[in-house]
Amino acid sequence: MAKIKIDKERCKGCYLCIANCPKGLIKISGRINIKGIKPVEFSGGKCTGCGMCAIICPDCGIKVIR
Amino acid sequence: MAGKKILMCGNDACGEGAVMAGCTFYAGYPITPQNELTAYMAKRMVEINGTFIQAESETAAINMVFGAAVAGARAMTSSSSPGVSLKQEGISYLAACELPCVIVNIQRGGPGLGNIAPAQGDYFQSVKGGGHGDYKVIVLAPSSVQELLEHTFTAFNLADKYRNPALILGDGLLGQMMEPVELEGRRQILKVEKPWTLTGCKGRAPNVIKSLLLGDGALEEHNKKLQAKYNTIKATEVRAQSFNIADSDLILVAYGSVARTAKAAMSKARAKGLKVGLVRPITLWPFPAKLLEEAAGRTKKFLVVEMSAGQMVEDVMLSVKGKAEVDFYGRMGGGIPTEEEIMEKIEALI
Amino acid sequence: MAKEKKAIIETIPRSMRDAETHYCAGCGHGIVHRLVCEVVDELGIRDKTIAVAPVGCAVLAYDYWDFDVTEAAHGRTPAVATGIKRVRPNNIVFTYQGDGDLAAIGTAEIIHAANRGENITVIFVNNGVYGMTGGQMAPTTLAGQKTATTLSGRNLRREGYPIKILEMLAVLPGVKYLERVSVHSAQDVLRAKRAIKKSFKTQVDNKGFSMIEVLSMCPTYWGLTPIQSVDRIKGEMSNYYPIGVVKSY
Repeated sequence: MAKIKIDKERCKGCYLCIANCPKGLIKISGRINIKGIKPVEFSGGKCTGCGMCAIICPDCGIKVIR
Repeated sequence: MAGKKILMCGNDACGEGAVMAGCTFYAGYPITPQNELTAYMAKRMVEINGTFIQAESETAAINMVFGAAVAGARAMTSSSSPGVSLKQEGISYLAACELPCVIVNIQRGGPGLGNIAPAQGDYFQSVKGGGHGDYKVIVLAPSSVQELLEHTFTAFNLADKYRNPALILGDGLLGQMMEPVELEGRRQILKVEKPWTLTGCKGRAPNVIKSLLLGDGALEEHNKKLQAKYNTIKATEVRAQSFNIADSDLILVAYGSVARTAKAAMSKARAKGLKVGLVRPITLWPFPAKLLEEAAGRTKKFLVVEMSAGQMVEDVMLSVKGKAEVDFYGRMGGGIPTEEEIMEKIEALI
Repeated sequence: MAKEKKAIIETIPRSMRDAETHYCAGCGHGIVHRLVCEVVDELGIRDKTIAVAPVGCAVLAYDYWDFDVTEAAHGRTPAVATGIKRVRPNNIVFTYQGDGDLAAIGTAEIIHAANRGENITVIFVNNGVYGMTGGQMAPTTLAGQKTATTLSGRNLRREGYPIKILEMLAVLPGVKYLERVSVHSAQDVLRAKRAIKKSFKTQVDNKGFSMIEVLSMCPTYWGLTPIQSVDRIKGEMSNYYPIGVVKSY
């Protein structure tokens, strides 16, 4: 099963990945990162490894593992 | 028997000096009185398989030269006063990035659109830096068609030696008059390594050539480095010619085409028993300050003659440091000082 | 511990430095920078590539690209690129410019580089404002769009019309490929990558001048969230600047 690795400290909180995940598997985390914003996190569920999140991320913050 | 001489106009001789120096990239824009140079390069660059571009503006031309220099070519642009004003920002960038290139200014009457007569009103712009920031450009002032060739050739060597823009400061008279020119000569192209050029990072770490230095204190450090270079140039590259300055009551100071008129006036005065000398700065930057200061100790007066309202005269004053009186005679707006006018001034002063 | 699966989509291309960018959250520059690097890698031209960075938000591009880069005076990017390409025709030379650099101060340079048919690639990021200097109007600012210098919205009678550069350049014979794309969605990013690759390929195949205009989000100076900025591109921006191939060969 594919999964994604999010670099929580690199995330700037634009949340574009949330909008672009076809399955809606990414959500805003409750924790504040080093930038003082709430990064995104994988919310569980069946990731197909489509990579849309990594493609839209402006900061190369998401790695997709198939 | 001296080498073969051919009759050339100054603009063409300047172009040939560049070709001899291994210039392979020229970008220019039409403006009188230097059009012959642009046309000459259009012909010669094609002949030597170099690059000639008639740019859409003088601003574009200097930035094309920036690109060519970044890519490692010996590159040149030329223009006349108003056009050279458009190049000032580019020249500041070239100096900041320590990029070698040659800029030619065949001066014309100003300010504004002015006229197409010869003038020297761009002295300040050339030696004090017409663009923004603390930078210097090596400035050579030819006073003959032969020197337009030789100085352009030398300018490329100096530019590469110091990784700095070099400027040829001529005028419309020099540019368009014709004189016999000796093409043969022992001219040595200075070969330098240019590991900093952008050639594609094959087999090396990428190079970055830029002048934006935002880091804390970074730009100040860079400025210190530039100033150290300029001090070296000032210490080693001053060029000037002087006549009779050991025993003169009055020393003329003039550059470019005016220096020839001044020399004639000096000879006429000498013939009349008046002890007159001449200092002709060849590098306007670095300025021959020491030479003038020493001469000041052995003379009473200087008479600076320029085709302007008086610009180099200020540098003469700075050099002389009050050790002698400094007077000025100039013609503006394309007016050309005559031998008689200079003689009149000499007789009034001496 | 389960062995990590092999096929990782490398998010940071070889030609890109592993540096966090200074761009605002949701700004499209980060995406376009990455696409350029992915294309450079895929075409295998990293060690031949020379970039000319603009003055504007992307002025720091040399901190993010891992190949030869120089930086032009504002607007003179195409002239610098011309100088480089003429001296080094076998290198791949591209400019990366914002709408101020290209469509305002650099209009003469881009038009004449295009008209000379310089064999270079131009990446033109159109986000409709001046970002680096605080959100002023750009030539591409839309009618009624509020900026730091059009406080009550761009007034066409006073500030003229948003400029369509691609359509202007299309009439020039020296121009071989023009396409407008966007990075407001993952699908659009993939399409943008194809366009950028086509533009670089145009240069590699020595065909002549090509330019890709990329509509890009500027949440900070649009006064919107990144998601709202996406909608703005989907809506009024791509209405006025239609996405698609403008010229091909």
